[in-house]
Amino acid sequence: MSRNQVSGSPGTGARAALASLRQNRSFLEKYSFVILCVLILVALPLTFDTFRLGLAAKFLSLGFCAVGIVLIWGYGGILSLGQGVFFGLGSYMMAMFLKLESTNSGSSAQALSSFFGSNLPDFMAWNSVEELPWWWEPFHSVWFTLPAIVLLPAVFAFILAYANFRKRVGGVYFSIITLALSAIMSIVIIGQQGVTGGVNGINDFRTFLGIDLDTDEVKRYMYFITCGLLLASVLIGRFILRSRLGKVLVAIRDREDRVRFSGYDPALFKAFIFAIAAVFSSIGGALFTIQVGLASPSLVSIVPSVEMVIYAAVGGRLSLVGAVYGAVLVGSAKTFFSENFVEYWMYFIGVLFIVVVMFLPDGLAGLLQRLQSRKSASGSTTETRLANESGGAK
Amino acid sequence: MTFDVFAMQAFTGLSIFTILMLMALGLAIVFGLMGVINMAHGELMAMGAYVNFGTAVFFQTYAPGLMDIYVFVGLILAFIVTSLFGYALERGLIRFLYRRPLDTLLATWGLSLVLQQIFRQFISSKEVEVPTVSWLKGAWQVTEGIALPWSRLYIIVLAIVTAAVVYAILFKTRSGLRIRAVTQNRVMAGAAGINTTKVDAYTFAFGCGLAGIAGSSFTMLASTGPTTGQQYIVDTFIVVVFGGVESLLGTISSAFIIGQMQSWFEFNLSGSMARASILLLVIVVLYFRPNGLFAAKVRR
Repeated sequence: MSRNQVSGSPGTGARAALASLRQNRSFLEKYSFVILCVLILVALPLTFDTFRLGLAAKFLSLGFCAVGIVLIWGYGGILSLGQGVFFGLGSYMMAMFLKLESTNSGSSAQALSSFFGSNLPDFMAWNSVEELPWWWEPFHSVWFTLPAIVLLPAVFAFILAYANFRKRVGGVYFSIITLALSAIMSIVIIGQQGVTGGVNGINDFRTFLGIDLDTDEVKRYMYFITCGLLLASVLIGRFILRSRLGKVLVAIRDREDRVRFSGYDPALFKAFIFAIAAVFSSIGGALFTIQVGLASPSLVSIVPSVEMVIYAAVGGRLSLVGAVYGAVLVGSAKTFFSENFVEYWMYFIGVLFIVVVMFLPDGLAGLLQRLQSRKSASGSTTETRLANESGGAK
Repeated sequence: MTFDVFAMQAFTGLSIFTILMLMALGLAIVFGLMGVINMAHGELMAMGAYVNFGTAVFFQTYAPGLMDIYVFVGLILAFIVTSLFGYALERGLIRFLYRRPLDTLLATWGLSLVLQQIFRQFISSKEVEVPTVSWLKGAWQVTEGIALPWSRLYIIVLAIVTAAVVYAILFKTRSGLRIRAVTQNRVMAGAAGINTTKVDAYTFAFGCGLAGIAGSSFTMLASTGPTTGQQYIVDTFIVVVFGGVESLLGTISSAFIIGQMQSWFEFNLSGSMARASILLLVIVVLYFRPNGLFAAKVRR
């Protein structure tokens, strides 16, 4: 039960088919990466106004989670329904830093502090919290916050995953544990309103290191920073998958016991890739908070966490670039529906889950590949055709 | 702490236990025995609750004299409707995904979103409440300080009866024997002449019907809204996983433990922190007992 059978993976005998697939994939992936670069670095900034560009930046920050999910789900066979937790960690850490900065500077903040007689973040004053909790203190410093956004989720994710995988809690059970984690996090955030901002989250920031976040120019810069980091994380993911580590990872996904008998510790590999995905999500969360100006429990709980999986599934669970496309496409669809007919959004995303799982298990990337291999089979070498046929017969 | 407070706390724990047990019984069959992750299980409960609501409205308009017994009609209708839906679901979706548990999870999640929106659009976007039956109003005044609400007592009885019926069906009837045979060894069961696909469909439908019973009985305690199911689903899964899947007795014991914990934690902490710490505790326990508290020791 614990082994996830990724459908559409070729039969073991069809080595030729596998080779041709791999050739197609590397060609397609290189191509799609360049297209993605052109699209998000050139086409969108030229055509979109600042508002639309801000929306795109929002989807791209969610794309970090999708890239992570491709790594852990597509290649590691681990379905995490708790990526919202890591997204939320990054988002809240950044929000705490921004909140402290805007509380300690700015004229309206000073007016507020003189009114309440303390210089605590506004929501704490409203909830009559007397002093800053100790775990807020380090977030005064940007040199603590930025490393923490990367390191804290990594350490937490690694410990959680390693502990569970070492005990061979896997597959569906791990999914349920991550689901419970995101439930815990949103319950705690909403319940502890005085120190976390509760349902409203933490919002109303103005500056980051003295830079006004509200100007068009800064928003544009932030967009390019987001794109750059996202493309970098796609490249890092690709680097990991092409290394020996990535091969072991795929082997673990397909036959964990065999890899264990060969002397590897599968838990270590799975925990490592889980930590990488957590870091990606956390960075995405931090960028989201800077650009949207909000850290909210509604991005931490179960619903958004599962929604992140569909980003990866739509793009193709085996395609890192596809994940970004998936995040942008599903995100735009969400905006489109909420602007035009809100009540159909739930039908759309619900049916999307079912259709993708039933008919497009490898997502858009898989669809493209299928179309391409059909084209090449009809036109080119007989070897490919034979390989395809033997693959199909399996 | 006086005896009265202690007794009331124990009763609250008992009440939460029976609620959790009702919720988890259906899932224990669908997830525990069949290994199907049905994320729409919560929505099936909501569906049962809405069926009960519809029955109440029908009785109120056409047969006000029979209002006292509508709960039983609603209960049976809820079972029938949700199990028919479950049968259709198994035939139309689940059976294609038996070998891909994680994909089943995603597909049924999608289904749950669709169902929620259907509830919201075609029934009501607000929470609905059923009228309380006259004989379930009020409380049983045991002593001066101890009052046990009849509605909670009704659910306790209902949960015990349901658990007994499920036990009897699984362990004392031919159909139960078939279900256990198929879930234990599908190939051998098929070789012995059991129609395994048929058994799968019926088992799944039965589990879904139990969700309907749970949902319909919860209308006595709380109102029903479109997102009601989503609030139940995590707790339900946690109960089943904590008890150890494949063990009905484990599910019941884990519902008991979690119910008592919930009651005592809520007495000392705020409600939300109580829920969070229970979930955390369950994760920690699962680390030490990965197969659940009461898993049978089987080598595989």
